[in-house]
Amino acid sequence: MLPLNATILKIDEESPSIRTFFFDFQFETMNPGQFVMVWVRGVDEVPMGLSSKNSITVQKVGEATSKLFELKEGDSFGLRGPYGKGFSLPSEGEKTLVIAGGVGAAPLVPYAEAARSEGSEVHTVLGARSAGDLLFEKRFAAAGEVYISTDDGSKGTKGFVTDVLNSLNLSVYDKIAVCGPEIMMASVFRLLEDREVLDKSEFSLHRYFKCGIGVCGACCIDKSGLRVCRDGPVFSGVQLMDSELGKYTRDASGRRVKI
Amino acid sequence: MYTLTGLKLKNPTILAAGILGTTGASLCRVAHEGGAGAVVTKSIGPMPKTGHPNPSMVKLDCGFLNAMGLPNPSYPSFFQELEIAKKDAGVPVIASIFGGNPAEFKEVAEGLLPAKPDAFELNVSCPHAEGYGAAVGSNPCFVEAITAAVKDIVNVPVWVKLTPNVSDITCIGNAAEAGGADAVVAINTLKGMAIDIESGYPVLGNRSGGLSGKAVKPVAIKCVYDLYTALEIPVIGVGGVSSWQDAVEMMMAGAAAVQVGSAVYDRLDIFSEISTGIEAFLQRKGYSDVKKLIGLAHEMV
Repeated sequence: MLPLNATILKIDEESPSIRTFFFDFQFETMNPGQFVMVWVRGVDEVPMGLSSKNSITVQKVGEATSKLFELKEGDSFGLRGPYGKGFSLPSEGEKTLVIAGGVGAAPLVPYAEAARSEGSEVHTVLGARSAGDLLFEKRFAAAGEVYISTDDGSKGTKGFVTDVLNSLNLSVYDKIAVCGPEIMMASVFRLLEDREVLDKSEFSLHRYFKCGIGVCGACCIDKSGLRVCRDGPVFSGVQLMDSELGKYTRDASGRRVKI
Repeated sequence: MYTLTGLKLKNPTILAAGILGTTGASLCRVAHEGGAGAVVTKSIGPMPKTGHPNPSMVKLDCGFLNAMGLPNPSYPSFFQELEIAKKDAGVPVIASIFGGNPAEFKEVAEGLLPAKPDAFELNVSCPHAEGYGAAVGSNPCFVEAITAAVKDIVNVPVWVKLTPNVSDITCIGNAAEAGGADAVVAINTLKGMAIDIESGYPVLGNRSGGLSGKAVKPVAIKCVYDLYTALEIPVIGVGGVSSWQDAVEMMMAGAAAVQVGSAVYDRLDIFSEISTGIEAFLQRKGYSDVKKLIGLAHEMV
């Protein structure tokens, strides 16, 4: 598909460096965890998780996202998607644990809402640097119980999401969905492995995307060779055993870069 | 087993360059899960390149447009990926390389040689990288000199991948043959462009790029047909092959084997599907050997 033209309806400032852009197109068939390629014309095109059927939530990190932050309501950008494999939804009566760190909360909030709609009891562990950086606390709370951790202790448990997880009985959950900075996901991965619940978990990975549609191979992970843009971005914990998760990623040229 | 320029292929389908070939693990997956008879790596050059800004590939109704811009980690960083592919792929691994002149091609080939690629494929055909690819591959003198330079220092077969964006592809094919090429590969993408009418911006980050997929198949068939007549060395057909029927057609035009690129978009096991389809076709038609198909159309007058 060629990029759709998406006009910005509304911009929410979630934190000083994170904004949600609502656009005039609804991805009715999107599965939470799927992404769109956001084309900031004349600059670059970057993958973004959908934070709802008609929004992306963006952290200002580079050239494309900085340009995106200059856009106002009524401005437009290009959109292709939804692409990739999302999180698998729980069945009615199953218990779901959502583990979100930083802007990783973006694809997980529609997941928590969808899981709740399926009739699942949803618990969320929401982590951020400090209270002002916590994303979508209200939306997660509307879906179920929320445990908060902040690095500086300004709200909830002082420390990381893993500090909250240490005090939870993880064996009661049927589905565990994780997204956040890779260091955090690697810690969560090890914790879930230790607690023998890895087979219930799914992680959403981020890698440099070139084509975004599963053809070029720039985002393939070791050792499976799976494509993050097409076979992922959501992978089961089992798929990520003995993988590069937490060890290295690749830059735009394909060179390995330590995490 | 199927022999091509001395290489023993599991079947006559080969992963095309630039597709799922940036890492060793990915190449192994295409061989194992995809069923490719051989795999060609991403084109590797002398220096790391990040390529063009995105969008770098879009799907159209008739095919795909891309302008990757030869992103690659350079030969020193790719060496370990090639070693992984060689160790675990279980099929021949062909290193695709590029450079701006014969010396750069030599440098990259020499650098990768100790990882023991089964063959080299020279990219003198990428249509959208300034100073590389078709920029050198449109000139028969350069193509001959580059081919000869690489042949001079390697002890494995050298394939030369040709651009269709020239007035006569057989001139370039002849130059490759004169330089000592063991085979030519035809075709790379056709120059193309798409414009976003809502904004007026060209869609690709590089503004224009190369067209692949179904739309280019008739162009590829004609190029392969002409090269088969003009050259002594084998022609490897590539361009829009997405079914066994396409592969048979390409072979009847003169292709000794086929490469598959964009069609991995539909399914990774397209290689198994094509090779199984060819086998069934041979049986149904009573052909004793797949080689009977090669160039068949030339005899039908």
